[in-house]
Amino acid sequence: MHIPDGYLSPSTCAALYAGATPFWHAAFKRTGRMLGGRMAPVLSLCAAFSFVIMMFNIPLPGGTTGHAMGVCVTTVVLGPWGSMLAVSSALLIQAVFFGDGGITTFGANCFNMAIAGSLTAWMVYRGISGRSAPSSPRRVVAAALGGYLAINTAALLTAIEFGIQPLLFHDPAGAPLYAPYPLRIAVPVMMLGHLTFAGLAEMIVSAGLVLWLQRSRIELLQFTGDGGWQLTRPFWIGVAVLMIATPLGLLAAGTAWGEWSAKDFQKTAMRSEMAAASRNMEPPQSAPAGLKKLSSVWTAPMSDYAPSFFKSLQLGYILSAMMGTGLVILLFLIVDWIAGWVSRRKSAADE
Amino acid sequence: MNRFMAFYSQHLRKSHFIERTIRGLNAAIEHIAHVEDSSGSPGLLQRLDPRVKLCGALLLICATVVSSRLAVAATILAMASLVVVFSGGMTLRIVAKLWGAVLLLTGAIALPAVFITHGEPVWRMPWVGWIATAQGLRSALLLVVRAETTATLAMLLALSTRWMHLLKALRILRVPLAFVMIVGMTHRYICLLLETSIAYFEARRTRLIGKANWKRRRQMAISTAGVLLEKSIQTSSEVYAAMQARGFRGEMRTLDEFRMRPLDRLALALFAGIAAAAFFLGTL
Repeated sequence: MHIPDGYLSPSTCAALYAGATPFWHAAFKRTGRMLGGRMAPVLSLCAAFSFVIMMFNIPLPGGTTGHAMGVCVTTVVLGPWGSMLAVSSALLIQAVFFGDGGITTFGANCFNMAIAGSLTAWMVYRGISGRSAPSSPRRVVAAALGGYLAINTAALLTAIEFGIQPLLFHDPAGAPLYAPYPLRIAVPVMMLGHLTFAGLAEMIVSAGLVLWLQRSRIELLQFTGDGGWQLTRPFWIGVAVLMIATPLGLLAAGTAWGEWSAKDFQKTAMRSEMAAASRNMEPPQSAPAGLKKLSSVWTAPMSDYAPSFFKSLQLGYILSAMMGTGLVILLFLIVDWIAGWVSRRKSAADE
Repeated sequence: MNRFMAFYSQHLRKSHFIERTIRGLNAAIEHIAHVEDSSGSPGLLQRLDPRVKLCGALLLICATVVSSRLAVAATILAMASLVVVFSGGMTLRIVAKLWGAVLLLTGAIALPAVFITHGEPVWRMPWVGWIATAQGLRSALLLVVRAETTATLAMLLALSTRWMHLLKALRILRVPLAFVMIVGMTHRYICLLLETSIAYFEARRTRLIGKANWKRRRQMAISTAGVLLEKSIQTSSEVYAAMQARGFRGEMRTLDEFRMRPLDRLALALFAGIAAAAFFLGTL
C-alpha cells in the first residue's frame, strides 16, 4: 500500500499533500495540548512501535502470514490525532531511509494510512465500544473491526488514486502517464488482498493487542473511553444512512422544473417534458441568450452527481453524497477556525 | 542423509514465521547500519551541504515525476547511476539491491499494462495470443524508469547525508521543529525496538520444540507485540524523565549550523539546472 514515486501525477500528489496538511496542523495542535512536553518521546516511541509492528509476520489461518499496519492500536492508545503524527513519522522514515513509499507520494501515503486509517479506526472503535468498560469484550470486537476497516479504507483510497490516473493523465496517443490501470482493475486487485490477508492480519493484531492491554495495562485504554461524540452519534448514523439511501433519488424520473440546461432546449424529449411541466406551454425554440451565456460560466467537476470515472450511477450518487457532506463539514470547520482566530485576535488586542 | 537434512532445513523447509520475522528484523538493522556507515564515510556527495542535497534530490525527483518523456527520466537515471557507480563500495551494493527490488515490484505491476492498454499493436504473444501495444509498452517503461530514478535519487540522499542533518535540513521546507524532533527520536528508537524484538523472538525460538499450531503461533506474535508496546510506553516515560532531568522544558533546539561553501553553490546550481532542463524538455 506504500505508493512509490511515479505512480501518481504531480497534481494528484499536490492535492493529497494539500489534503493532508490541515490534518497534520490540527494533529500537532491537539496532541501538543494533550501531551505537552511529553509529546515528542510518546509519539516517537509509538511511531517506532508502528514501524516495527509492520515488519512482524502475523500467522494467518491456512499457514500463510500477513503484515499489519498497527494504525488501530496507535489510535486506541494515542487517539486519532496522535496516531496521525506517529504513523506519518514512521512513513517518512520508511520512505527516505528504506525506499518503501515515495517522496512525492508521501502526502498520499499519509492521507491514506495515517489520516484516513486513524480516523476510520477511531470512529469504528468508538462507535462500537460505546460506553463499555475498558475491560469489556466489546472493546476487543471494536478494535478488530476498527483495524479491518481502517486498512481497507486506506486500500480503497489507494486504489481510487491509482484508478483515476489513466483517466485523467495520458499522452495524446492514449498511453497512461502514471499508474496504468483504470478503476475497474485497480479497485478489485487492491481490495482482494486487503479484504482477505492484510485485513485479517490487521484484525488479529488490533484485537490481540487490545485484549493484551486489557490484561496487563488497562490504563492505556482509558484515553479512548466514552466521550463527547456520543451526543452526536445518532446524527452521524443518520447522515450515513441518508448517504447510502441517496440512489433512491434516481427513481424519480425527469428533471426538476427550472433546472434545464441550455442544451435541453434542442432535445425533443426534454422539450416535451418542459411543456408538460409548464401547463403545456411550449418552450422557446432555442435557449434564451442570457441563459446560454451564463450556463457556460462554470463546469462542475461532478456534473449531475455522476462522476465521469464511475460507470455505476448508484455508486456515483453515493460518492457525490459523501463528497458533498465532507465539503460542508470542511467549510464549517474553516468558518469555525476563522471565527476562533478573529476572537483570539480581539482578545489579544483588548489585553 | 545428514547433509540432505541440513540442506533441506536451510533452504527447502518452509521457514517458521519466527525465523522469517527475525530475518526481516535483522535485515532492517543491517540496512540502518550500512546507511549510517555510508553517510559518515568520505565522499563527494557526503561533503555537500545537506540542504543542497535535499533541495537537489527533491527538484530532480519532481522533474522526473512531472516529465512525460521517457528519455528525460532515463537521462536522470543514467546520471544518478553514474554517481552510484563512481561512489562504489557500500553505496553501490545498497543501490544495486534497491534497483533489483524496484525492477521486480514495478515490473510485475507494469507488465500486464503492456497487454491490456489499448493502442497500436506491436507484438503478438505466441500460444496465448495476447497483443502488446505501443502505448502499453511506453506506459510500462515510463513507470519502471520513473520508479527506478526516484528510488535511486532518494537512496543517494539517504546514503550521503547523516539522518540528523537531513532532518535539520527539512527546516528550510518549513517542516515544524516539533515534527523534526519526533522523527529524529523515532529513528533512534526504531533501532532499540528492532533489537528488542529480535531478542524476544530469539527467546521464543529457543524455547519452541516441535511445531506449534496456528493459535499458539498467533499468541506468540501478539504477546511479543504486546510486550513491545508496553516497553515503548514505559521507555517513553523514562525518556521524558531523562529529558526533564537534563533541562528540557518543551522548547526544541538543534546544533550543527550549516554553512554554504562555493562547492555547495556550484552543486546547487548544477542540480537546479538539470532539473530545469528536465522540467522544460519533459513537458514539451
